[in-house]
Amino acid sequence: MSVEYRKKILKYIYKAKAGHTGGSLSCVDILNVLYNDTMNVGPENFSSDDRDRYIQSKGHTVEALFVVLADKGFFPESDLETLCQYKSHYIGHPTRKVHGVEQNTGALGHGLSLSVGTAISAKLDDKDFRVFTLLGDGELPEGSNWEAALTASHYKLDNLCAVIDCNGLQISGPTAEVCNTEPLDAKFEAFGWSVRHVDGHNLKELQDTFAALPFEPGKPSMVIAHTVKGKGVSYMENELKWHHGVPSAEQYELAMEELGGVL
Amino acid sequence: MLVEKSVAAGQANLEVFSETLQSLALYDRDILVVTSDSRGSGKLGPFGTKFPKQIVEIGIAEQNLVGVAAGLASTGKKVFAVSPACFLTARALEQIKNDVAYSDNPVKLVGISAGVSYGALGTTHHSLHDFAVLRTINNITIVAPADNFETEQAIRLATEADYPVYLRFGKKAMPLLNAEETTFEFGKGRVIKNGGDLTLIATGETVLPALKAAQKLEMESGIQAAVISMHTIKPLDYKLLHEFAANGKPIITVEEHSVYGGLGEACASYLMQSGLHNRFRIVAIPDEYTVTGSQSEIFNHYGISETGIAEVAKEIL
Repeated sequence: MSVEYRKKILKYIYKAKAGHTGGSLSCVDILNVLYNDTMNVGPENFSSDDRDRYIQSKGHTVEALFVVLADKGFFPESDLETLCQYKSHYIGHPTRKVHGVEQNTGALGHGLSLSVGTAISAKLDDKDFRVFTLLGDGELPEGSNWEAALTASHYKLDNLCAVIDCNGLQISGPTAEVCNTEPLDAKFEAFGWSVRHVDGHNLKELQDTFAALPFEPGKPSMVIAHTVKGKGVSYMENELKWHHGVPSAEQYELAMEELGGVL
Repeated sequence: MLVEKSVAAGQANLEVFSETLQSLALYDRDILVVTSDSRGSGKLGPFGTKFPKQIVEIGIAEQNLVGVAAGLASTGKKVFAVSPACFLTARALEQIKNDVAYSDNPVKLVGISAGVSYGALGTTHHSLHDFAVLRTINNITIVAPADNFETEQAIRLATEADYPVYLRFGKKAMPLLNAEETTFEFGKGRVIKNGGDLTLIATGETVLPALKAAQKLEMESGIQAAVISMHTIKPLDYKLLHEFAANGKPIITVEEHSVYGGLGEACASYLMQSGLHNRFRIVAIPDEYTVTGSQSEIFNHYGISETGIAEVAKEIL
Protein backbone atom coordinates (compact mmCIF):
# COMPACT_ATOMS: atom_id res chain seq x y z
CA MET A 1 0.00 0.00 0.00
CA SER A 2 1.32 3.42 -0.98
CA VAL A 3 1.34 5.19 2.37
CA GLU A 4 3.25 8.36 1.50
CA TYR A 5 1.06 9.07 -1.51
CA ARG A 6 -2.02 8.63 0.66
CA LYS A 7 -0.75 11.14 3.18
CA LYS A 8 -0.08 13.67 0.45
CA ILE A 9 -3.51 13.15 -1.10
CA LEU A 10 -5.12 13.87 2.25
CA LYS A 11 -2.81 16.80 2.94
CA TYR A 12 -3.73 18.64 -0.24
CA ILE A 13 -7.42 17.81 -0.11
CA TYR A 14 -7.49 19.02 3.49
CA LYS A 15 -5.75 22.21 2.50
CA ALA A 16 -7.93 22.83 -0.57
CA LYS A 17 -11.07 21.91 1.35
CA ALA A 18 -12.07 20.06 -1.80
CA GLY A 19 -11.33 16.83 -3.59
CA HIS A 20 -12.41 13.29 -4.28
CA THR A 21 -10.96 11.58 -1.26
CA GLY A 22 -12.39 8.07 -1.39
CA GLY A 23 -11.63 7.40 -5.04
CA SER A 24 -8.16 8.89 -4.90
CA LEU A 25 -7.36 6.51 -2.06
CA SER A 26 -8.79 3.56 -4.00
CA CYS A 27 -6.81 4.17 -7.22
CA VAL A 28 -3.47 5.45 -5.92
CA ASP A 29 -1.78 2.05 -5.70
CA ILE A 30 -2.61 1.42 -9.36
CA LEU A 31 -1.06 4.78 -10.28
CA ASN A 32 1.98 4.06 -8.13
CA VAL A 33 2.74 0.84 -10.01
CA LEU A 34 1.94 2.26 -13.45
CA TYR A 35 4.14 5.34 -13.06
CA ASN A 36 6.95 3.81 -11.02
CA ASP A 37 7.21 0.39 -12.60
CA THR A 38 5.13 -0.31 -15.68
CA MET A 39 5.09 2.74 -17.93
CA ASN A 40 7.90 4.29 -19.87
CA VAL A 41 7.00 7.88 -19.10
CA GLY A 42 8.49 10.65 -17.02
CA PRO A 43 9.44 14.32 -17.31
CA GLU A 44 12.57 13.36 -19.25
CA ASN A 45 10.67 11.77 -22.16
CA PHE A 46 7.27 13.47 -21.96
CA SER A 47 7.80 15.27 -25.25
CA SER A 48 8.83 12.07 -27.01
CA ASP A 49 6.34 10.50 -29.40
CA ASP A 50 7.41 7.10 -28.08
CA ARG A 51 6.39 7.59 -24.45
CA ASP A 52 3.70 5.42 -22.93
CA ARG A 53 0.44 7.30 -22.40
CA TYR A 54 -1.78 7.41 -19.34
CA ILE A 55 -5.27 8.86 -19.72
CA GLN A 56 -7.39 9.07 -16.60
CA SER A 57 -11.00 8.55 -17.51
CA LYS A 58 -12.24 8.87 -13.93
CA GLY A 59 -10.86 12.38 -13.86
CA HIS A 60 -12.36 13.33 -10.51
CA THR A 61 -9.71 11.41 -8.57
CA VAL A 62 -7.13 13.82 -9.89
CA GLU A 63 -5.52 14.29 -6.48
CA ALA A 64 -3.98 10.83 -6.76
CA LEU A 65 -2.64 11.66 -10.22
CA PHE A 66 -1.24 15.05 -9.19
CA VAL A 67 0.56 13.57 -6.19
CA VAL A 68 2.16 10.84 -8.31
CA LEU A 69 3.13 13.28 -11.10
CA ALA A 70 4.74 15.62 -8.55
CA ASP A 71 6.68 12.69 -7.13
CA LYS A 72 7.85 11.79 -10.64
CA GLY A 73 9.24 15.32 -10.94
CA PHE A 74 6.81 16.73 -13.47
CA PHE A 75 6.32 19.80 -11.26
CA PRO A 76 7.25 20.90 -7.74
CA GLU A 77 5.00 19.32 -5.15
CA SER A 78 4.54 22.74 -3.56
CA ASP A 79 2.40 23.66 -6.60
CA LEU A 80 -0.30 21.50 -5.03
CA GLU A 81 -0.65 24.08 -2.30
CA THR A 82 -2.76 25.95 -4.87
CA LEU A 83 -5.08 23.01 -5.62
CA CYS A 84 -8.53 24.35 -6.57
CA GLN A 85 -7.53 27.90 -5.63
CA TYR A 86 -8.42 30.96 -7.68
CA LYS A 87 -6.37 31.05 -10.92
CA SER A 88 -4.52 27.82 -10.12
CA HIS A 89 -3.79 25.38 -12.95
CA TYR A 90 -4.40 22.58 -10.49
CA ILE A 91 -8.14 22.22 -10.87
CA GLY A 92 -10.33 19.39 -9.68
CA HIS A 93 -9.85 17.31 -12.83
CA PRO A 94 -6.88 16.44 -15.08
CA THR A 95 -5.87 19.28 -17.36
CA ARG A 96 -3.01 19.59 -19.80
CA LYS A 97 -2.06 22.86 -18.19
CA VAL A 98 -0.39 20.61 -15.64
CA HIS A 99 2.83 19.08 -16.93
CA GLY A 100 2.50 15.34 -17.31
CA VAL A 101 -1.24 15.22 -17.98
CA GLU A 102 -2.09 13.72 -21.37
CA GLN A 103 -5.71 14.72 -21.81
CA ASN A 104 -8.30 16.99 -20.24
CA THR A 105 -10.83 14.69 -18.66
CA GLY A 106 -13.53 14.92 -16.05
CA ALA A 107 -16.76 14.20 -17.88
CA LEU A 108 -17.19 10.46 -17.52
CA GLY A 109 -17.03 7.97 -20.36
CA HIS A 110 -14.41 9.84 -22.40
CA GLY A 111 -11.08 8.27 -21.50
CA LEU A 112 -11.50 4.97 -23.30
CA SER A 113 -12.28 6.55 -26.70
CA LEU A 114 -9.32 8.93 -26.34
CA SER A 115 -7.13 5.95 -25.46
CA VAL A 116 -8.43 3.91 -28.38
CA GLY A 117 -7.60 6.74 -30.79
CA THR A 118 -4.12 7.06 -29.33
CA ALA A 119 -3.55 3.30 -29.55
CA ILE A 120 -4.79 3.18 -33.16
CA SER A 121 -2.24 5.86 -34.01
CA ALA A 122 0.56 3.70 -32.58
CA LYS A 123 -0.61 0.76 -34.68
CA LEU A 124 -0.82 2.87 -37.84
CA ASP A 125 2.73 4.10 -37.36
CA ASP A 126 4.17 0.80 -36.10
CA LYS A 127 5.17 2.45 -32.85
CA ASP A 128 5.75 0.48 -29.68
CA PHE A 129 4.26 2.82 -27.10
CA ARG A 130 1.39 1.59 -24.99
CA VAL A 131 -1.74 3.32 -23.78
CA PHE A 132 -3.14 2.95 -20.27
CA THR A 133 -6.43 4.29 -19.03
CA LEU A 134 -8.10 4.21 -15.64
CA LEU A 135 -11.87 3.80 -15.55
CA GLY A 136 -14.15 3.96 -12.56
CA ASP A 137 -16.70 1.21 -12.07
CA GLY A 138 -19.29 3.93 -11.52
CA GLU A 139 -18.73 5.43 -14.99
CA LEU A 140 -19.32 2.21 -16.89
CA PRO A 141 -23.02 2.84 -17.58
CA GLU A 142 -21.86 5.64 -19.92
CA GLY A 143 -22.56 4.11 -23.34
CA SER A 144 -19.48 5.66 -24.91
CA ASN A 145 -17.34 3.18 -22.93
CA TRP A 146 -18.98 0.30 -24.73
CA GLU A 147 -18.66 1.98 -28.12
CA ALA A 148 -14.94 2.35 -27.45
CA ALA A 149 -14.67 -1.21 -26.13
CA LEU A 150 -16.01 -2.48 -29.47
CA THR A 151 -13.53 -0.40 -31.45
CA ALA A 152 -10.62 -1.54 -29.28
CA SER A 153 -11.20 -5.19 -30.09
CA HIS A 154 -12.17 -4.49 -33.71
CA TYR A 155 -8.74 -2.95 -34.25
CA LYS A 156 -7.01 -5.64 -32.12
CA LEU A 157 -5.45 -3.03 -29.84
CA ASP A 158 -3.14 -5.17 -27.76
CA ASN A 159 -1.17 -1.99 -27.04
CA LEU A 160 -4.09 -0.76 -24.94
CA CYS A 161 -4.66 -1.58 -21.28
CA ALA A 162 -7.69 -0.37 -19.38
CA VAL A 163 -7.86 -0.66 -15.60
CA ILE A 164 -11.15 -0.49 -13.75
CA ASP A 165 -10.82 0.93 -10.25
CA CYS A 166 -13.55 -1.35 -9.00
CA ASN A 167 -14.32 0.02 -5.56
CA GLY A 168 -18.00 -0.82 -5.71
CA LEU A 169 -19.28 2.59 -4.62
CA GLN A 170 -20.40 5.70 -6.45
CA ILE A 171 -21.79 9.01 -5.32
CA SER A 172 -25.30 7.83 -4.49
CA GLY A 173 -24.64 4.27 -3.38
CA PRO A 174 -23.20 0.85 -4.23
CA THR A 175 -22.68 0.46 -7.98
CA ALA A 176 -24.55 -2.83 -7.82
CA GLU A 177 -27.62 -0.92 -6.63
CA VAL A 178 -27.30 2.22 -8.76
CA CYS A 179 -26.83 0.36 -12.04
CA ASN A 180 -25.46 -3.12 -11.86
CA THR A 181 -22.73 -3.62 -14.45
CA GLU A 182 -21.63 -7.09 -13.33
CA PRO A 183 -20.41 -9.48 -14.54
CA LEU A 184 -17.76 -7.11 -15.90
CA ASP A 185 -15.31 -9.84 -16.88
CA ALA A 186 -17.86 -11.71 -18.99
CA LYS A 187 -19.04 -8.49 -20.58
CA PHE A 188 -15.58 -7.32 -21.63
CA GLU A 189 -14.62 -10.83 -22.74
CA ALA A 190 -17.73 -10.88 -24.90
CA PHE A 191 -16.57 -7.54 -26.33
CA GLY A 192 -13.28 -9.19 -27.32
CA TRP A 193 -11.01 -8.16 -24.46
CA SER A 194 -8.62 -10.28 -22.45
CA VAL A 195 -9.53 -9.78 -18.79
CA ARG A 196 -7.71 -10.34 -15.51
CA HIS A 197 -8.71 -9.67 -11.92
CA VAL A 198 -6.27 -8.23 -9.43
CA ASP A 199 -6.17 -6.97 -5.86
CA GLY A 200 -5.88 -3.25 -6.62
CA HIS A 201 -3.94 -2.55 -3.42
CA ASN A 202 -1.38 -5.34 -3.74
CA LEU A 203 1.59 -3.66 -5.39
CA LYS A 204 3.35 -6.91 -6.26
CA GLU A 205 0.23 -8.37 -7.80
CA LEU A 206 -0.35 -5.20 -9.82
CA GLN A 207 3.28 -5.18 -10.91
CA ASP A 208 3.15 -8.81 -12.08
CA THR A 209 -0.16 -8.27 -13.84
CA PHE A 210 1.07 -5.27 -15.82
CA ALA A 211 4.34 -7.09 -16.58
CA ALA A 212 2.27 -9.74 -18.35
CA LEU A 213 0.78 -7.26 -20.88
CA PRO A 214 -0.57 -7.87 -23.39
CA PHE A 215 -2.54 -10.70 -21.85
CA GLU A 216 -3.26 -12.09 -25.32
CA PRO A 217 -1.81 -10.97 -28.65
CA GLY A 218 -4.36 -9.19 -30.80
CA LYS A 219 -6.67 -8.31 -27.91
CA PRO A 220 -6.97 -5.22 -25.71
CA SER A 221 -6.24 -5.98 -22.04
CA MET A 222 -8.62 -5.24 -19.18
CA VAL A 223 -7.53 -5.27 -15.55
CA ILE A 224 -10.38 -5.37 -13.08
CA ALA A 225 -8.72 -4.01 -9.96
CA HIS A 226 -10.67 -4.80 -6.83
CA THR A 227 -10.22 -1.87 -4.51
CA VAL A 228 -11.65 -0.29 -1.38
CA LYS A 229 -12.94 3.24 -1.55
CA GLY A 230 -11.12 5.29 1.12
CA LYS A 231 -8.45 2.58 1.47
CA GLY A 232 -5.94 3.19 4.25
CA VAL A 233 -8.05 5.32 6.56
CA SER A 234 -10.29 3.11 8.68
CA TYR A 235 -13.20 5.51 9.04
CA MET A 236 -13.22 6.34 5.32
CA GLU A 237 -13.13 2.81 3.98
CA ASN A 238 -16.30 1.78 2.16
CA GLU A 239 -18.11 4.84 3.47
CA LEU A 240 -20.20 6.65 0.89
CA LYS A 241 -19.77 10.10 2.40
CA TRP A 242 -16.04 10.07 1.63
CA HIS A 243 -16.71 10.11 -2.13
CA HIS A 244 -15.90 13.79 -1.97
CA GLY A 245 -15.83 14.31 1.75
CA VAL A 246 -13.16 16.62 3.16
CA PRO A 247 -11.78 15.77 6.60
CA SER A 248 -12.13 18.15 9.54
CA ALA A 249 -8.99 19.06 11.50
CA GLU A 250 -9.63 16.23 13.93
CA GLN A 251 -10.37 13.72 11.22
CA TYR A 252 -7.28 14.82 9.33
CA GLU A 253 -5.07 14.24 12.33
CA LEU A 254 -6.64 10.88 12.96
CA ALA A 255 -6.10 9.84 9.36
CA MET A 256 -2.46 10.92 9.42
CA GLU A 257 -1.95 9.05 12.65
CA GLU A 258 -3.32 5.89 11.10
CA LEU A 259 -0.99 6.36 8.16
CA GLY A 260 2.04 6.70 10.42
CA GLY A 261 2.30 10.37 11.23
CA VAL A 262 1.92 13.79 9.70
CA LEU A 263 4.10 14.59 6.69
CA MET B 1 -24.27 37.07 -64.99
CA LEU B 2 -22.62 36.93 -61.64
CA VAL B 3 -23.20 33.22 -61.30
CA GLU B 4 -20.63 32.00 -63.73
CA LYS B 5 -21.54 28.37 -63.79
CA SER B 6 -23.04 25.66 -61.67
CA VAL B 7 -20.66 22.72 -61.37
CA ALA B 8 -23.46 20.23 -61.22
CA ALA B 9 -21.79 17.13 -62.54
CA GLY B 10 -20.40 15.42 -59.47
CA GLN B 11 -19.43 18.57 -57.68
CA ALA B 12 -21.29 18.52 -54.44
CA ASN B 13 -18.94 19.96 -51.87
CA LEU B 14 -18.44 16.48 -50.46
CA GLU B 15 -16.95 15.45 -53.76
CA VAL B 16 -14.67 18.45 -53.66
CA PHE B 17 -13.80 17.40 -50.11
CA SER B 18 -12.93 13.86 -51.18
CA GLU B 19 -10.91 14.95 -54.20
CA THR B 20 -9.02 17.63 -52.32
CA LEU B 21 -8.16 15.27 -49.51
CA GLN B 22 -6.94 12.68 -51.98
CA SER B 23 -4.60 15.18 -53.58
CA LEU B 24 -3.27 16.20 -50.15
CA ALA B 25 -3.02 12.67 -48.77
CA LEU B 26 -0.71 11.65 -51.59
CA TYR B 27 1.99 13.75 -49.98
CA ASP B 28 0.98 13.57 -46.33
CA ARG B 29 0.45 10.24 -44.64
CA ASP B 30 -0.59 11.95 -41.42
CA ILE B 31 -3.91 12.89 -43.02
CA LEU B 32 -6.56 10.57 -41.64
CA VAL B 33 -10.27 10.31 -42.25
CA VAL B 34 -12.36 8.86 -39.43
CA THR B 35 -15.87 7.82 -40.42
CA SER B 36 -19.03 6.55 -38.77
CA ASP B 37 -20.30 4.28 -41.54
CA SER B 38 -20.35 7.50 -43.55
CA ARG B 39 -17.85 6.52 -46.22
CA GLY B 40 -20.56 6.40 -48.87
CA SER B 41 -22.59 9.41 -47.82
CA GLY B 42 -19.35 11.35 -47.34
CA LYS B 43 -18.23 10.44 -50.89
CA LEU B 44 -15.12 8.93 -49.36
CA GLY B 45 -15.17 5.59 -51.19
CA PRO B 46 -12.40 6.59 -53.62
CA PHE B 47 -10.32 8.02 -50.78
CA GLY B 48 -10.63 4.77 -48.84
CA THR B 49 -9.68 2.70 -51.88
CA LYS B 50 -6.59 4.78 -52.60
CA PHE B 51 -5.49 5.27 -49.00
CA PRO B 52 -6.74 2.27 -46.99
CA LYS B 53 -4.27 3.02 -44.20
CA GLN B 54 -5.52 6.58 -43.88
CA ILE B 55 -9.16 5.85 -43.20
CA VAL B 56 -10.41 4.61 -39.83
CA GLU B 57 -13.94 3.23 -39.70
CA ILE B 58 -15.65 3.49 -36.33
CA GLY B 59 -19.16 2.37 -37.18
CA ILE B 60 -22.28 4.19 -36.13
CA ALA B 61 -21.03 5.57 -32.82
CA GLU B 62 -20.59 9.31 -32.99
CA GLN B 63 -19.40 9.87 -29.44
CA ASN B 64 -16.68 7.32 -29.96
CA LEU B 65 -15.93 8.77 -33.40
CA VAL B 66 -15.06 12.13 -31.90
CA GLY B 67 -13.20 10.72 -28.89
CA VAL B 68 -11.10 8.45 -31.09
CA ALA B 69 -10.45 11.31 -33.50
CA ALA B 70 -9.23 13.43 -30.58
CA GLY B 71 -6.91 10.65 -29.44
CA LEU B 72 -5.51 10.35 -32.95
CA ALA B 73 -5.07 14.11 -33.26
CA SER B 74 -3.19 14.19 -29.95
CA THR B 75 -0.46 12.10 -31.59
CA GLY B 76 -0.02 14.55 -34.47
CA LYS B 77 -2.41 13.07 -37.00
CA LYS B 78 -4.37 15.49 -39.20
CA VAL B 79 -7.78 14.06 -38.53
CA PHE B 80 -11.03 14.69 -40.39
CA ALA B 81 -13.93 13.21 -38.42
CA VAL B 82 -16.81 12.78 -40.84
CA SER B 83 -20.41 12.21 -39.84
CA PRO B 84 -23.83 13.69 -40.62
CA ALA B 85 -23.93 17.14 -39.03
CA CYS B 86 -27.13 16.36 -37.13
CA PHE B 87 -25.55 13.48 -35.19
CA LEU B 88 -22.01 14.82 -35.02
CA THR B 89 -22.93 18.09 -33.35
CA ALA B 90 -25.74 16.87 -31.10
CA ARG B 91 -24.96 13.35 -29.98
CA ALA B 92 -21.22 13.96 -29.74
CA LEU B 93 -21.44 17.51 -28.46
CA GLU B 94 -19.78 16.68 -25.15
CA GLN B 95 -16.89 15.02 -26.95
CA ILE B 96 -16.54 18.07 -29.20
CA LYS B 97 -16.58 20.37 -26.18
CA ASN B 98 -14.19 18.37 -23.99
CA ASP B 99 -12.08 16.04 -26.10
CA VAL B 100 -11.57 18.40 -29.04
CA ALA B 101 -12.04 22.05 -28.08
CA TYR B 102 -11.17 22.14 -24.37
CA SER B 103 -8.35 19.62 -24.81
CA ASP B 104 -6.87 21.46 -27.79
CA ASN B 105 -6.91 18.40 -30.00
CA PRO B 106 -7.06 19.93 -33.48
CA VAL B 107 -9.67 17.62 -34.98
CA LYS B 108 -11.38 18.79 -38.18
CA LEU B 109 -15.04 17.94 -37.68
CA VAL B 110 -16.86 17.54 -40.97
CA GLY B 111 -20.62 17.77 -40.60
CA ILE B 112 -22.08 16.35 -43.80
CA SER B 113 -25.60 16.74 -45.21
CA ALA B 114 -26.03 19.70 -42.90
CA GLY B 115 -28.99 22.00 -42.37
CA VAL B 116 -32.04 20.55 -44.10
CA SER B 117 -30.04 18.71 -46.78
CA TYR B 118 -31.80 15.48 -45.84
CA GLY B 119 -35.11 17.19 -46.64
CA ALA B 120 -38.07 14.89 -46.15
CA LEU B 121 -36.15 12.55 -43.85
CA GLY B 122 -37.24 15.02 -41.22
CA THR B 123 -36.10 16.69 -38.04
CA THR B 124 -34.01 13.77 -36.73
CA HIS B 125 -31.73 14.31 -39.72
CA HIS B 126 -31.73 18.10 -39.80
CA SER B 127 -29.04 20.19 -38.12
CA LEU B 128 -30.49 23.61 -37.41
CA HIS B 129 -28.74 23.87 -34.06
CA ASP B 130 -25.08 23.37 -34.93
CA PHE B 131 -23.99 27.01 -35.31
CA ALA B 132 -25.76 27.87 -32.07
CA VAL B 133 -24.27 25.14 -29.91
CA LEU B 134 -20.78 25.33 -31.37
CA ARG B 135 -20.64 29.13 -31.14
CA THR B 136 -20.83 28.85 -27.37
CA ILE B 137 -17.88 26.49 -27.19
CA ASN B 138 -14.46 28.08 -26.81
CA ASN B 139 -11.71 27.16 -29.27
CA ILE B 140 -13.50 25.99 -32.40
CA THR B 141 -13.64 27.66 -35.80
CA ILE B 142 -16.97 27.24 -37.62
CA VAL B 143 -17.02 27.31 -41.42
CA ALA B 144 -19.83 26.86 -43.97
CA PRO B 145 -18.53 27.28 -47.54
CA ALA B 146 -20.72 28.87 -50.20
CA ASP B 147 -19.18 27.34 -53.30
CA ASN B 148 -16.62 24.84 -54.48
CA PHE B 149 -13.80 27.35 -54.34
CA GLU B 150 -14.50 28.05 -50.68
CA THR B 151 -14.88 24.33 -49.95
CA GLU B 152 -11.54 23.46 -51.47
CA GLN B 153 -9.80 26.34 -49.75
CA ALA B 154 -11.42 25.51 -46.42
CA ILE B 155 -10.20 21.91 -46.61
CA ARG B 156 -6.67 22.99 -47.42
CA LEU B 157 -6.62 25.49 -44.57
CA ALA B 158 -8.21 23.03 -42.14
CA THR B 159 -5.62 20.36 -42.95
CA GLU B 160 -2.84 22.59 -41.71
CA ALA B 161 -4.78 24.27 -38.89
CA ASP B 162 -3.40 23.49 -35.45
CA TYR B 163 -6.77 24.25 -33.88
CA PRO B 164 -10.21 22.59 -34.04
CA VAL B 165 -12.40 23.38 -37.05
CA TYR B 166 -16.00 22.51 -37.85
CA LEU B 167 -16.71 22.32 -41.58
CA ARG B 168 -20.39 22.33 -42.47
CA PHE B 169 -21.16 20.73 -45.80
CA GLY B 170 -24.45 20.29 -47.63
CA LYS B 171 -25.36 17.63 -50.11
CA LYS B 172 -26.28 19.28 -53.34
CA ALA B 173 -24.15 20.38 -56.28
CA MET B 174 -22.54 23.70 -55.54
CA PRO B 175 -21.81 26.64 -57.82
CA LEU B 176 -18.60 28.46 -58.48
CA LEU B 177 -19.32 32.07 -57.62
CA ASN B 178 -17.65 34.81 -59.55
CA ALA B 179 -16.80 36.90 -56.51
CA GLU B 180 -15.29 40.35 -56.03
CA GLU B 181 -13.02 38.85 -53.38
CA THR B 182 -10.88 36.07 -54.81
CA THR B 183 -8.94 35.04 -51.72
CA PHE B 184 -10.11 32.90 -48.86
CA GLU B 185 -9.15 32.80 -45.23
CA PHE B 186 -10.95 31.72 -42.10
CA GLY B 187 -12.53 34.62 -40.26
CA LYS B 188 -12.61 36.89 -43.29
CA GLY B 189 -15.94 37.18 -45.10
CA ARG B 190 -15.91 37.15 -48.87
CA VAL B 191 -17.59 39.96 -50.79
CA ILE B 192 -19.44 38.32 -53.65
CA LYS B 193 -21.04 41.49 -54.96
CA ASN B 194 -20.94 45.15 -54.00
CA GLY B 195 -24.02 47.34 -53.75
CA GLY B 196 -24.96 50.45 -51.82
CA ASP B 197 -28.70 50.10 -51.08
CA LEU B 198 -28.64 47.18 -48.68
CA THR B 199 -26.43 44.27 -47.64
CA LEU B 200 -27.26 40.57 -47.75
CA ILE B 201 -25.04 38.52 -45.47
CA ALA B 202 -25.45 34.81 -46.08
CA THR B 203 -23.57 31.62 -45.33
CA GLY B 204 -23.19 28.17 -46.86
CA GLU B 205 -25.85 27.11 -49.31
CA THR B 206 -27.92 30.24 -48.75
CA VAL B 207 -25.37 32.48 -50.44
CA LEU B 208 -26.57 31.44 -53.89
CA PRO B 209 -30.24 32.34 -53.27
CA ALA B 210 -29.07 35.60 -51.69
CA LEU B 211 -27.06 36.39 -54.80
CA LYS B 212 -30.00 35.52 -57.05
CA ALA B 213 -32.22 37.78 -54.94
CA ALA B 214 -29.70 40.60 -55.37
CA GLN B 215 -29.72 40.09 -59.12
CA LYS B 216 -33.53 40.08 -59.18
CA LEU B 217 -33.67 43.30 -57.14
CA GLU B 218 -31.26 44.95 -59.51
CA MET B 219 -32.99 43.81 -62.69
CA GLU B 220 -36.54 44.45 -61.56
CA SER B 221 -36.18 47.49 -59.33
CA GLY B 222 -32.71 48.92 -59.82
CA ILE B 223 -31.88 48.15 -56.18
CA GLN B 224 -28.18 47.59 -55.58
CA ALA B 225 -27.66 44.92 -52.93
CA ALA B 226 -24.26 43.85 -51.67
CA VAL B 227 -23.82 40.14 -51.04
CA ILE B 228 -21.34 38.70 -48.56
CA SER B 229 -20.46 35.05 -48.07
CA MET B 230 -19.89 34.97 -44.32
CA HIS B 231 -18.41 31.50 -44.53
CA THR B 232 -16.83 31.69 -41.09
CA ILE B 233 -19.47 31.92 -38.39
CA LYS B 234 -16.80 31.99 -35.69
CA PRO B 235 -14.62 33.97 -35.51
CA LEU B 236 -17.05 36.31 -37.23
CA ASP B 237 -15.59 39.01 -39.48
CA TYR B 238 -16.68 42.00 -37.41
CA LYS B 239 -14.49 44.32 -39.44
CA LEU B 240 -16.27 43.51 -42.68
CA LEU B 241 -19.66 43.64 -40.98
CA HIS B 242 -18.81 47.07 -39.60
CA GLU B 243 -17.65 48.32 -42.98
CA PHE B 244 -20.90 47.30 -44.66
CA ALA B 245 -23.08 48.51 -41.79
CA ALA B 246 -21.38 51.92 -41.72
CA ASN B 247 -23.54 53.28 -44.56
CA GLY B 248 -26.61 52.86 -42.37
CA LYS B 249 -28.44 50.83 -45.03
CA PRO B 250 -30.52 47.76 -44.15
CA ILE B 251 -28.89 44.41 -43.46
CA ILE B 252 -30.48 41.03 -44.05
CA THR B 253 -28.83 37.83 -42.87
CA VAL B 254 -29.66 34.48 -44.46
CA GLU B 255 -28.83 31.03 -43.14
CA GLU B 256 -29.93 27.40 -43.25
CA HIS B 257 -30.21 27.28 -39.49
CA SER B 258 -32.60 28.09 -36.68
CA VAL B 259 -33.35 31.78 -36.29
CA TYR B 260 -31.82 31.36 -32.86
CA GLY B 261 -28.13 31.45 -32.18
CA GLY B 262 -26.72 31.47 -35.69
CA LEU B 263 -25.28 33.98 -38.14
CA GLY B 264 -28.17 36.44 -37.75
CA GLU B 265 -28.01 36.72 -33.99
CA ALA B 266 -24.21 36.87 -34.10
CA CYS B 267 -24.40 39.86 -36.47
CA ALA B 268 -27.21 41.51 -34.50
CA SER B 269 -25.27 41.22 -31.28
CA TYR B 270 -22.24 42.92 -32.79
CA LEU B 271 -24.24 45.69 -34.45
CA MET B 272 -26.21 46.51 -31.33
CA GLN B 273 -23.16 46.57 -29.09
CA SER B 274 -21.34 48.76 -31.60
CA GLY B 275 -24.08 51.37 -31.72
CA LEU B 276 -24.96 50.53 -35.32
CA HIS B 277 -28.72 50.61 -35.67
CA ASN B 278 -29.27 49.51 -39.25
CA ARG B 279 -32.68 48.09 -40.08
CA PHE B 280 -32.11 44.39 -39.70
CA ARG B 281 -33.82 41.09 -40.55
CA ILE B 282 -32.89 37.45 -40.07
CA VAL B 283 -34.02 35.02 -42.77
CA ALA B 284 -33.68 31.51 -41.34
CA ILE B 285 -35.72 28.51 -40.24
CA PRO B 286 -38.29 29.58 -37.64
CA ASP B 287 -38.71 27.93 -34.27
CA GLU B 288 -41.37 25.41 -35.24
CA TYR B 289 -41.74 21.81 -36.41
CA THR B 290 -40.04 22.04 -39.78
CA VAL B 291 -42.30 21.59 -42.78
CA THR B 292 -41.91 18.36 -44.77
CA GLY B 293 -40.21 18.67 -48.13
CA SER B 294 -37.00 18.58 -50.09
CA GLN B 295 -34.29 21.04 -49.17
CA SER B 296 -35.41 23.44 -51.89
CA GLU B 297 -39.07 23.10 -50.87
CA ILE B 298 -38.15 23.84 -47.28
CA PHE B 299 -36.06 26.82 -48.42
CA ASN B 300 -38.95 28.16 -50.49
CA HIS B 301 -41.44 27.57 -47.69
CA TYR B 302 -39.43 29.72 -45.29
CA GLY B 303 -38.41 32.35 -47.79
CA ILE B 304 -34.78 31.28 -48.12
CA SER B 305 -35.07 31.83 -51.84
CA GLU B 306 -34.55 34.35 -54.59
CA THR B 307 -38.15 35.56 -54.26
CA GLY B 308 -38.37 35.31 -50.48
CA ILE B 309 -35.20 37.26 -49.82
CA ALA B 310 -36.10 39.89 -52.44
CA GLU B 311 -39.48 40.38 -50.75
CA VAL B 312 -37.88 40.89 -47.35
CA ALA B 313 -35.50 43.39 -48.96
CA LYS B 314 -38.36 45.41 -50.39
CA GLU B 315 -40.20 45.36 -47.07
CA ILE B 316 -37.23 46.62 -45.14
CA LEU B 317 -36.08 49.28 -47.62
